[in-house]
Amino acid sequence: MIKNILNLGDAALYCDFGKEVNKETNNQVIRYFKSIRKENIEGIDNLAPSYNKLIISFNLRKTNFKKLKSIIENLDIKKNDHLENKKIEIPICIDEQFSLDIKRLEEKLNINRDKIYENFFNKIFFCYMTGFIAGMPFLGDLDEDMRVERLETPRVKVPKGSVGLTEQFANIYTFESPGGWNIIGNTPLDVFDSSKKIEPNLINPGDTIIFKKITKNQHSNFND
Amino acid sequence: MTKNYFKVIRPGINSTFQDQGRKNLYHIGVPFSGAMDSRNYLLSNKLCGNKEDYPVLEFAYQGPLLKYFGDKIVIAITGEVNFTIKKKDKLINGTCYQSFILDNGDELDIVSTNKSVYGYLSISGKFDLKYQWNSFSTNTKANIGANDGKKLELNQKINIFDIKKNLNIKKLNYTNIKIEKIRILRGTNFDYFSEKGKKDFSEKEFMVSKLSDRMGMRLEGSKIENNFDTNIKSEGLIKGVIQVPADGNPIIMLSDHGTIGGYPKIGVVISADYDKLVQLTPGSKIKFKEVNLSDAETLFKLYEMETQNLISQI
Repeated sequence: MIKNILNLGDAALYCDFGKEVNKETNNQVIRYFKSIRKENIEGIDNLAPSYNKLIISFNLRKTNFKKLKSIIENLDIKKNDHLENKKIEIPICIDEQFSLDIKRLEEKLNINRDKIYENFFNKIFFCYMTGFIAGMPFLGDLDEDMRVERLETPRVKVPKGSVGLTEQFANIYTFESPGGWNIIGNTPLDVFDSSKKIEPNLINPGDTIIFKKITKNQHSNFND
Repeated sequence: MTKNYFKVIRPGINSTFQDQGRKNLYHIGVPFSGAMDSRNYLLSNKLCGNKEDYPVLEFAYQGPLLKYFGDKIVIAITGEVNFTIKKKDKLINGTCYQSFILDNGDELDIVSTNKSVYGYLSISGKFDLKYQWNSFSTNTKANIGANDGKKLELNQKINIFDIKKNLNIKKLNYTNIKIEKIRILRGTNFDYFSEKGKKDFSEKEFMVSKLSDRMGMRLEGSKIENNFDTNIKSEGLIKGVIQVPADGNPIIMLSDHGTIGGYPKIGVVISADYDKLVQLTPGSKIKFKEVNLSDAETLFKLYEMETQNLISQI
């Protein structure tokens, strides 16, 4: 349930689901996000779900904070109980050419690379949110002993398809972009395809993700 | 069929097609985008007799130089813009908020925005653009929207269709007003900042830095002291949010902002002041003034009435 609704500026609701970042809280956020989307409420422009918050921005010409807050508070979320979540397999190549920060990961985590890869490929990830750059999924949770800080100096250009680790999360760079995550491999899969008219992003909040190791050859021939 | 088009002789610094923005995609990381200065966008369309949601060409600082080929067409420019129209036999000094007729072979030289950032060009016809996810707005960082998600490029053609037969010249008396104070509402992390930090934020003057673009406006001045935590769990953002990273220099999120951020939010610019905020050039000095939610809502109503009143005068 929403713990508290505040205003963020004069044209957005800031819905707080609690301090903890865990699947249970995030499931609540996603449940609200999906239900509100289905309701097509007049004046809502955008919904931004994250770990434990949902920001609802609206058109101040059409509605206001007080009206919308009351609508959200009175929504019967249970009636839309069904969450349609996908299970997705992401191919990833961990060849030296792509596993840019494996050495740093070995040093910081004090675990050898075989064990790091083993932990990574055995993990079933959960998508908490997508965003920052278009389509980028925030996937958790890495085990405690796999958690590492961002790079001290972020890369100016992280290659498209790079899979990075930071703290409890893995992510995928859907575009070439600046960034500071520790890059473990690269996927040839288009995780965000802006040429698609609908559903340009492969991974949505609530989805389950596993990574599957592919060879350098499979990586380079993937899109043929 | 007659072919009508502009040829881009000089693309300008950041010339992009924009409309009212792209809704319902924050959750996958696609920002709202759209014309930065909404009032000037609406006025430019109205001056060409267009519907309010037509795409227009937005430019910043130095605009494009365009050579026109085709049937007579009406154009209008809004903002504070220096521009000329070079015809076969004469050179016309352009005036904003007034429409002009372009003939085949005329050159429209959008020299610069004067003490402001953004200006708008609209035409009495339709730019031939790709509609993506219910908007023409271009986001050059993610290559989304019209013109393959890119800025105008040298020598490219901008095709035009459906030129209106009616060549009415319209004019509006309007002067853009500068604001001295940006009005804000308290952000959700206001209490992360020390008493000194809060005081500096509300009393000190800040300068708009050169590192400002359609994504955000960086400010320089007093470093705002945080005595709680310089990071928050990443969460959604909206335009107008003022984040303060660990270095203490505020950043205001603008229309192409990243959809998720992890810095504390000290304030949010009120909707009524957004159009004027985005027009502040690097080097401008600004101060913040806190208002409450009901004042912010009233101020927006007044601003919107004023905009509608201007539109009705055209």
